[in-house]
Amino acid sequence: MTGDVLVLAESSGPTFRKATLEAVTEGRRLADLLNVSEYALAIGNGLKNRAAELGKYGADRVILADDPSLALFHPDYYRQIALETIKRVDPSIVLAAATSTGKDLAPRLAIHLDTAVASECTHLELENGKLIATRPAYAGKVLLRVKVNSSPSIATLRPNVFTAKEVVPGRKPTIEQIEFNRPDSRMIVKEFVAQGAKKLDLTEASVIVSGGRGMGGPQNYKILEELAEVMGGVVGASRASVDAGWRPHSDQVGQTGRTVSPTLYIAAGISGAIQHRVGMINSKVIVAINKDPEAPIFGFADYGIVGDVFEVVPALTREMKAFYGKA
Amino acid sequence: MRRVPDTAARIRIASDEKSIDTSDAEFVINPYEEYALEQAVQLKEKHGGEVTVVTLGPEKTTQVIMKALALGADKAVHLKSDKGPEDPGSIARALADELKGLEFDVLLFGKKGVDDDNQQVGQMVAELLGIPCVTQIVKLDVSGGKAVAQREVEGGSITVETIFPAAFTAEKDLTVPRYASLRELVAARKKPIVVKDVQLLMSSIEIVSIQNPPPRPPGKIVGKGVDAVPTLVRLLHEEAKVI
Repeated sequence: MTGDVLVLAESSGPTFRKATLEAVTEGRRLADLLNVSEYALAIGNGLKNRAAELGKYGADRVILADDPSLALFHPDYYRQIALETIKRVDPSIVLAAATSTGKDLAPRLAIHLDTAVASECTHLELENGKLIATRPAYAGKVLLRVKVNSSPSIATLRPNVFTAKEVVPGRKPTIEQIEFNRPDSRMIVKEFVAQGAKKLDLTEASVIVSGGRGMGGPQNYKILEELAEVMGGVVGASRASVDAGWRPHSDQVGQTGRTVSPTLYIAAGISGAIQHRVGMINSKVIVAINKDPEAPIFGFADYGIVGDVFEVVPALTREMKAFYGKA
Repeated sequence: MRRVPDTAARIRIASDEKSIDTSDAEFVINPYEEYALEQAVQLKEKHGGEVTVVTLGPEKTTQVIMKALALGADKAVHLKSDKGPEDPGSIARALADELKGLEFDVLLFGKKGVDDDNQQVGQMVAELLGIPCVTQIVKLDVSGGKAVAQREVEGGSITVETIFPAAFTAEKDLTVPRYASLRELVAARKKPIVVKDVQLLMSSIEIVSIQNPPPRPPGKIVGKGVDAVPTLVRLLHEEAKVI
């Protein structure tokens, strides 16, 4: 075992995901503590000109598998490439972003490598060279500290929790392009269909404007979309409004929806039930707008306005427009 | 299928600080497996066949097995183990050992258990069995010995076609679970349950400690109505420094 750190670098089209840059930055921190190298394995299509970018976030070496058939995540293709690379590099730690791809792939690798995965970690530390990961369970009602006793230790990192930073601005990593020989597969990955005009997933957004039952109906989410647009954010929803059919499930924040940690979470007309709270409690700053001063959400929001969402939200949109206009 | 504490349950850390005290929790079928079970029953209603529920858990799991049988499963296999399910790898190995002896076209899982939130077992079992697995699906169409599934991913969905046998893990949007009638609850008692004792392998992941999340510092009410908006924006900029 070389003891190196290897990060599975995921792309969305020809750019690396922000969550991947976060994982590469964190991988650099661990590699420095262990005094080892950091590898990044980039799998995708059209990444040749972008691969060097991973160096700025800390990767010493980038291994690149670039092929049109790798544009979308294919479990059999990605698994084969990752397994071959891990066996060759023999790292002590493997990190991936806890995205739909990372969460699908990491357990497949673990079972073949006879090791384990710490899922959706929010903090990593080393103890005698061993990885100790902190991860929420029971939707964040408790935090587990876990140790993987086999090698490599695999961890997926929850998006938006770790910081992506150009730690070594000028670094030019070595880039090694590997051959990809498509294995036989019983799966055909056909196409990606984008949902609406949404550019960012809730888990990746730094500003989320969420609406609950207090929005009264699907037509009223327009005012939240306007506020989100001014702030460069996306719209989320409570379980009540998703179950009512007002918003798609992919917008749901909470226990059976997304767990998010944006810089700013604005909850409009959301009471703050436990199953919603656990999905957004790790937001850096929470703002609540609700006409009921007794709503539980005011118990854990940083800033609250007691008032009618249909008056307060449009006023906030105007004020934000003015703010960003000046800035 | 997995037995989990109800999502509204309060979760108490046990005195050893390494486990969860579930002694006063109410247990339910893992919600994601309710979507999966409903999908299985709908496939049976449309294409024929039989639905078998396989579950790993303690003695008390019988209660959620009865519920699954009332919801449309034809029979159940209960792999009995009193050891806490803390390692997805050992759970997956026990399930795969059992499934090797069963014949099936479609193997459905919930995408994750709402207890440990690991989201690993479905993919692991499929890898051990050497069959395709499509995770986080929101739609499944079956015809002519193959399936077309849609997986929910960041910003949209990906369509995946696969031949049988194949595994799928259910996302919330897959189906709307039905309710069991009293008649079905009674009929469930007559359906067969095979019980087998299993030994889970050693965990390769170990819980060092369990903590409560740090409390959030108390917030403040900025004010009432639209008059409070300028103050809020100023505080977000100057105090919280998030805009």
